[in-house]
Amino acid sequence: MEEVLAKKLRILADAAKYDASCSSSGAPKRAAGKDGIGSTTGAGICHAYTPDGRCISLLKILLTNWCLFDCAYCVNRRSSNVPRAKFSVEEVVNLTLNFYKRNYIEGLFLSSGIIKSPDHTMELMTRVAKSLRRDHGFAGYIHLKSIPEASPWLIEEAGLYADRLSINVELPTEASLSRLAPEKDGAAIQGAMAQIGERIIQAKAEKRRFAPAGHSTQVIVGADDTTDAALISKSELLYGSVGLKRVYYSAFSPIPDGSQILPLKAPPLAREHRLYQADWLLRYYEFTAEEVASASEGGMLALDIDPKLAWALKNRDRFPVDVNKADREMLLRVPGLGARAVDKIVKARRHATLRLDDVARLTSSLKRARPFLIAADHRPVGLTDRVDLRAKLVEPARQLSLF
Amino acid sequence: MGERDLLPPPSAGEGIAAHTILLRPGADLTGFRDAARRLVAHGVPPGAVTWGIESAPSLFGGGAAPASETPLVLPRAVAALIPGVVPHRDPERYGLLYTLIWRSLHGERHLMEVASDPLVHRLYRMSKAIGRDLHKMHAFLRFRRVEGGEGERYVAWFEPDHHILEAAAPFFVRRFAGMAWTILTPEGRAVWDGTTLTYGPPGSRTDVPEGDGFEAGWQTYYETTFNPARVNPKAMKAEMPKKYWHNMPETASIPALLRGAADRTAQMIEREPTVPARREPARAVAAMADQDPKTLAELNAIIRRTEPLVPGATQAVLGEGSVGATLAFVGEQPGDQEDLKGRPFIGPAGQLLSRAMAEAGIDREASYLTNAVKHFKFTLRGKRRIHEKPTAGEVSHYRWWLDRELEFVAPKLVVALGATAVLALTGKSIPITRARGPFRFDRHDDRFQGFITVHPSYLLRLPDEAKEEAYAAFVDDLKRIAALGAELAA
Repeated sequence: MEEVLAKKLRILADAAKYDASCSSSGAPKRAAGKDGIGSTTGAGICHAYTPDGRCISLLKILLTNWCLFDCAYCVNRRSSNVPRAKFSVEEVVNLTLNFYKRNYIEGLFLSSGIIKSPDHTMELMTRVAKSLRRDHGFAGYIHLKSIPEASPWLIEEAGLYADRLSINVELPTEASLSRLAPEKDGAAIQGAMAQIGERIIQAKAEKRRFAPAGHSTQVIVGADDTTDAALISKSELLYGSVGLKRVYYSAFSPIPDGSQILPLKAPPLAREHRLYQADWLLRYYEFTAEEVASASEGGMLALDIDPKLAWALKNRDRFPVDVNKADREMLLRVPGLGARAVDKIVKARRHATLRLDDVARLTSSLKRARPFLIAADHRPVGLTDRVDLRAKLVEPARQLSLF
Repeated sequence: MGERDLLPPPSAGEGIAAHTILLRPGADLTGFRDAARRLVAHGVPPGAVTWGIESAPSLFGGGAAPASETPLVLPRAVAALIPGVVPHRDPERYGLLYTLIWRSLHGERHLMEVASDPLVHRLYRMSKAIGRDLHKMHAFLRFRRVEGGEGERYVAWFEPDHHILEAAAPFFVRRFAGMAWTILTPEGRAVWDGTTLTYGPPGSRTDVPEGDGFEAGWQTYYETTFNPARVNPKAMKAEMPKKYWHNMPETASIPALLRGAADRTAQMIEREPTVPARREPARAVAAMADQDPKTLAELNAIIRRTEPLVPGATQAVLGEGSVGATLAFVGEQPGDQEDLKGRPFIGPAGQLLSRAMAEAGIDREASYLTNAVKHFKFTLRGKRRIHEKPTAGEVSHYRWWLDRELEFVAPKLVVALGATAVLALTGKSIPITRARGPFRFDRHDDRFQGFITVHPSYLLRLPDEAKEEAYAAFVDDLKRIAALGAELAA
């Protein structure tokens, strides 16, 4: 690879890494035609992990980090002093194909700073996707970070080539947006998300292709004073109203050449982790945002225990739950029982009466579940009333702190 | 399996003899299946079978195909589990699987549902290990390009934990069908030449070329995408155990990345925020906010250069008529002739519309005519391009342009010709028969009045006896439209 291209790659991958999403999931299973290349697997594949524990699934780069916007939290804002670069459409196509052929990646996640205009930028990004699909028969995964300020017809076009479109909410409130991202417009963001959501549903019903892997968003955690409860309730709203597939929570990270209006402090990684857990409760465990909020203190999730355990401790009268009798919905609320474990329990108990040993084979965290469960040979006498229960279940300090 | 494994006839009453079944090394699914069929057929319980591996390691040697036995009718979950466990390197795998088969056929049909049963639990874990091994092979295998020779050729070396080469290969065939590649493992190789997949003898790491033109670039990417403020080697190792590292070029960077992370982060936090760059591109920022098309001509230029959002069309067919026209007519989409000539309403339906307009006293030249969808959609039947109705989603793709177009034209009255135009203007499916006549297009209520009538192509499709009456009704509608327009323009 030429040195010039490598230099651009260094700058434009560095600029893209603050986007948390790297998922290559959700695309329908497909494979390229005879002259093409690539396939999708449905669940996606992580091709490598970096020492921050995050997976590399897609080539995540910016088309350019030149940007006319001035968002305080962003490393690429126009007033930042970082080195700048710009890929040509052909360079991105070439890089994607060559990485793909060596089995380094599942596809491309392309984002960009705003150059000239949102429309111009969006057109360039769509040209990359179009060229991959049409000139090279590329059937791998393509995620385009759409630009909400771009004209709506450009999003209509982008969805024909991308597997996933995403539009970042970035900041959960209008006030924070106007303070920290003055060029951004909450209404435009909402409008574009609604447009994409509606089009995905239509295309699915009509068996046409439009962002078949759905759309997602990212919200920055810790750059303003929004509470966890407010974030989760915003997510609930987005899942419901525009049919989002995922909300990504990105702990505000110190960046090279940070802005003066943001405090430069350690990113709240533990907080980000708890938000993801709370988000899972919404999507897979039939919790409402209100219930998650009820388990918080002043709107903030506890950092030392997970939100499901926090909810259980505040609702001890609902426990213990009998693994052999309780309905699925209640089993899902037992700390330490995942959705898969619950499914296995429901199946297995049709044929056998479950004892504690049996449950141990179905979940890897029996220790946490035990005080909340009744099994054929187990009844936690008064355990749920113990004041020190919380202390007993607190996880040892997680490896999430900085140093 | 060779002749020596043939079972004796079922024993009548006496104690059951011990049986030794020898299978090929690796994942011998066929051998296991045939043996299991025989054993079940002869009523041999799991306790009476010893499973072993043939000593001659002829992994890819032929061996006489054993006579196939009557297939076993197994619960689906059992049948599905077997191929997922056979590649496991645990020597007990065949015995465990045979026990599962035996119990499933002897009173425990639903055994697989009892995930808490120790046998099921163990087999589940083994199949999970295989799944993981396969997944990691699909993820962590790295191809290197072989320079020279014709065409592109790639080679990889990989060391799986279990006997999974044959189970893993189809994934690479699907993904890299157009490439020629070879995957080498300590137990055998898979070779794809672009059309056929073959298996061959083991290879070694030294059979793979030393470098690859993109490897340094990949390593650069790996280093750069790492965020030093989020160091978490434990999570990394949980998903990418060290045993894989020596075959993944990028992992060479890990020690240095970890060593430098704390310092890099501390620097970012401690460093005084720099003075913002003087770059205050006021004019560029202002220009950016001004990207919207300012005239109908600018909008049309965008529509013209955008590729069809429904596939197939020759060109975009733009609206025709003058800005400020009192009446605007919105049709469905261009037809065959419109697509070729690039002008709206010039085919049979357009000619009929012209005639009806003339009869109703509407000057076509003074009106604005356009379509909800700007590209022709059709299916090819022989050489004929048969018009195909756009779907609701496709109409939505084009709605933005129609809205913007009507803003520029600023007519007093917009006439929706047919259901697609109604859908485009209201966002809803409304039956024409019910809504025919003056209509409020809610989204545009403050800008122009609306009127709904049929599309002229509908008249063309009617049987002759109905045509006349329908045409007269259409002309009547146009007369009302003319009157309404005159009233609004006054």
